[in-house]
Amino acid sequence: MKPLDPKKKLDIPALLQDLEAHRPRRRGWSWRTPGPQTYGKFEYRDMSPPLARSIGLPASQHFDHIDPQPKQVITTEIASGRFEDDLRRMRMAAWHGADHIMVIRTAGQSHFDGLIEGTPEGVGGVPITRKQLRASRRALDLVEEEVGRPINFHSYVSGVAGPEIAVLFVEEGVNGAHQDPQYNILYRNINMVRSAVDAAEAKRIMAYGAIFQIDGAHNANATAREAWCVMPELLVQHGINCAFSVKAGMHKENIGLSTVPPSSAPAPKIWFDLPYAVALRDFFDEYRFRAQQNTRYIESDIEEATRTHVIDTLISALTHADLQSTITPDEGRNVPWHYNNIRGIQTAKQTFAALDGIKELVTINRQGPLGQMVREIKERAVLFLEEIVSSGGYFQAVADGQFVDSARFPARNGDGIARDPEGGVAAGSVVKRDPDYLAPVPAHFGDNSPSDLLDLLAGNTLEDPSLLPWIDELDEQDNAAHRLDTLIEDRRRGMLKPEVEWHGDGIVQLSLFFPAELEVAEAAALEVATRMGLTDAQVIHKAVMHPAEGCYLEVKGRTDIAIDLAQLKIPEAKQVLSADEIERFVKARGLKVVGGTVGEDEHSVGLREILDIKHGGLEKFGFACTYLGTSVPPEKLVDAAIEVGAHVILASTIISHGDIHRINMRKIHQIALERGIRDKMVIIAGGTQVTPEMAQETGLDAAFGRGTRGLQVADYIVRFLRERETIR
Amino acid sequence: MGRIQERADDYESRRAHLAQLSDEQLKTRFWALCDQITQPLIDLARTHTSPSIERSVLMRMGLDSLVCKAVVARVEQQGLLQKGAGHVVLAVMRHDGVDLQAAARSIAEGRNLTDLFPAHSGG
Repeated sequence: MKPLDPKKKLDIPALLQDLEAHRPRRRGWSWRTPGPQTYGKFEYRDMSPPLARSIGLPASQHFDHIDPQPKQVITTEIASGRFEDDLRRMRMAAWHGADHIMVIRTAGQSHFDGLIEGTPEGVGGVPITRKQLRASRRALDLVEEEVGRPINFHSYVSGVAGPEIAVLFVEEGVNGAHQDPQYNILYRNINMVRSAVDAAEAKRIMAYGAIFQIDGAHNANATAREAWCVMPELLVQHGINCAFSVKAGMHKENIGLSTVPPSSAPAPKIWFDLPYAVALRDFFDEYRFRAQQNTRYIESDIEEATRTHVIDTLISALTHADLQSTITPDEGRNVPWHYNNIRGIQTAKQTFAALDGIKELVTINRQGPLGQMVREIKERAVLFLEEIVSSGGYFQAVADGQFVDSARFPARNGDGIARDPEGGVAAGSVVKRDPDYLAPVPAHFGDNSPSDLLDLLAGNTLEDPSLLPWIDELDEQDNAAHRLDTLIEDRRRGMLKPEVEWHGDGIVQLSLFFPAELEVAEAAALEVATRMGLTDAQVIHKAVMHPAEGCYLEVKGRTDIAIDLAQLKIPEAKQVLSADEIERFVKARGLKVVGGTVGEDEHSVGLREILDIKHGGLEKFGFACTYLGTSVPPEKLVDAAIEVGAHVILASTIISHGDIHRINMRKIHQIALERGIRDKMVIIAGGTQVTPEMAQETGLDAAFGRGTRGLQVADYIVRFLRERETIR
Repeated sequence: MGRIQERADDYESRRAHLAQLSDEQLKTRFWALCDQITQPLIDLARTHTSPSIERSVLMRMGLDSLVCKAVVARVEQQGLLQKGAGHVVLAVMRHDGVDLQAAARSIAEGRNLTDLFPAHSGG
């Protein structure tokens, strides 16, 4: 396929064409290259090289548009159920700095005994299939060329088909995967014998493909009632998966711990999260760290989630993380919307840029309480392991309910997750290998007897991708090509609908405040949404500002409005000069401005915003401003301009009774004419009732209405004067 | 042992034997215990197999997932999983003089497999 054009959308139908012959171009994981970096005016101590194309943080416009990239790989989790729609989200995410795309599987896939084929629609995730992986990896190959950085693609090697999924991942160039038999056992109730036996094979296959592994320990945080109490057990779960993985043949540098700061404010978060992070990094210094953000205590408030995630990321910066995962801030209320993926990525990117080199300035103080807390967590973890041994081993410990007990070990609440070693999904499915057992393929774990039968085989898919089989679709209706019909048709007809998740889903969000108590506000919000024509309206967030004075609510609903692009009137975009360009022009000429509010008018706010440096007004660009105050007569305004040798007169007028604003504007023009300075002066009026058309009508050079910023006025003045200079 | 009951935090008394360990010794103990606990699991994996492992072997040989599933189901039914599904497919290839896909297809369609492993007691 041709390289992507940043001005054009992904051609998704084309990505689904000719997949049978397509092969991934590499295997294995890609890290960023950490080190000192120069971005714009700043020397960063420990960041990574810039992207070829990206979108910076909003404030980057004040910093020469730099987009500093952290040294950590940044994850975003994308899975809306329709992978063909997710591909667009992946591209947006990459432009904001994500280089680890994690695809959540559809509900139920871990209990699916075998592989799924084709591209059926998922629930809460995507059915992971060969076709879905191949098309996604193909899209990511194009996107990584567009942004100029390798992108890691990731999903899950868990459930009852782990070894098969692992083979599929190596074959299709998947770069990272979750694999942890404890996850199967504890949270999916898959038989523990099966889980352990399958895990060794899956890990051996992943090791062959250099797939980066993430464990499942973070699920204990998400499950336990008081997540910070399970800290000792988290070390144990990480330790068991790490030790098992190494025995199965994985390299330690490809083994990552999935770790989450376990608490959240209003708790004194740092007193739990920091000692935990330090203890973990002490014990697991040979392994990689995938720092996840907290999901356990996310509610529907996306700002609260973001604040939590900033502090989580601070913990990563203070300690160490190879990979920073991000959680979409709306995860507490819905399947993540695509623009919220971007918000999550920005949270990590902004925090890491802000905290670059923090460890040169701040040292973790192990003397005092931190050192004691770290030691205690480690000792409790060792005691936990000792109890596993004394109970008779891992299986017995699980059977006893030792794991995910909500008390801090060695305390116990007796509410752990207990599983029967002979029960669970796929119990009794494991058999002992005979002495002549044979598996005639590479990347196989365990006993295998030599055999001359091997000569019969032409090869294997891991070494010879030409042997890969291909199944396209198994369901004529439930597939991506079918779902794409609407997208293709809408693009052809030039129709546009708002969306948050899937193409043209029509979902919009309203933000409302009602000066009423919660029950009233909720009902009123839904009524407003309904009267606005939204269907399926639902309150997705509510916050009490005061029990009686009012509430803030967010409502989502569906609109059927589709915009016909051929009929859409788009106002001509006005290019504004850069702040630097304006400043150079203004300073070179020493431009002066005289401003005041004319007539009997005591309103001064608007003009102050246009003039004042703190509002980004004209002063910021180097204009020397003289502010005459309010209720200035037009004569005085013009005379003062002459007196200070001003180049520009700014007249503000708010009151419009009896058309007084127009009268005053005309008057200023007349007076300037009478004084013989009209052609030397730029005269501009502004006010809430003023419109641009009034300038010509009243003889002024320009007029600005509501919502005008200093930059627009500065831009106008400079263009006007520049034109006059060239004419002369 | 049996189901764990509620228990107060006895950390202070339990930790007595750990108190004198240096941080490094504590770390060594942590990893020694992790190794000890996972060794039986890895030994189990080394000497056992499962339908998913066998399907993953067939995949690597170049068979598609639908065929892998059907073949392993037949192999399992005839009590031959412990030989390895790939092993069974190879044996059919040699015995019947057919290629990989044809061998897999004939197993999926119900070819009797017990004649291939006469020494095998079954089940």
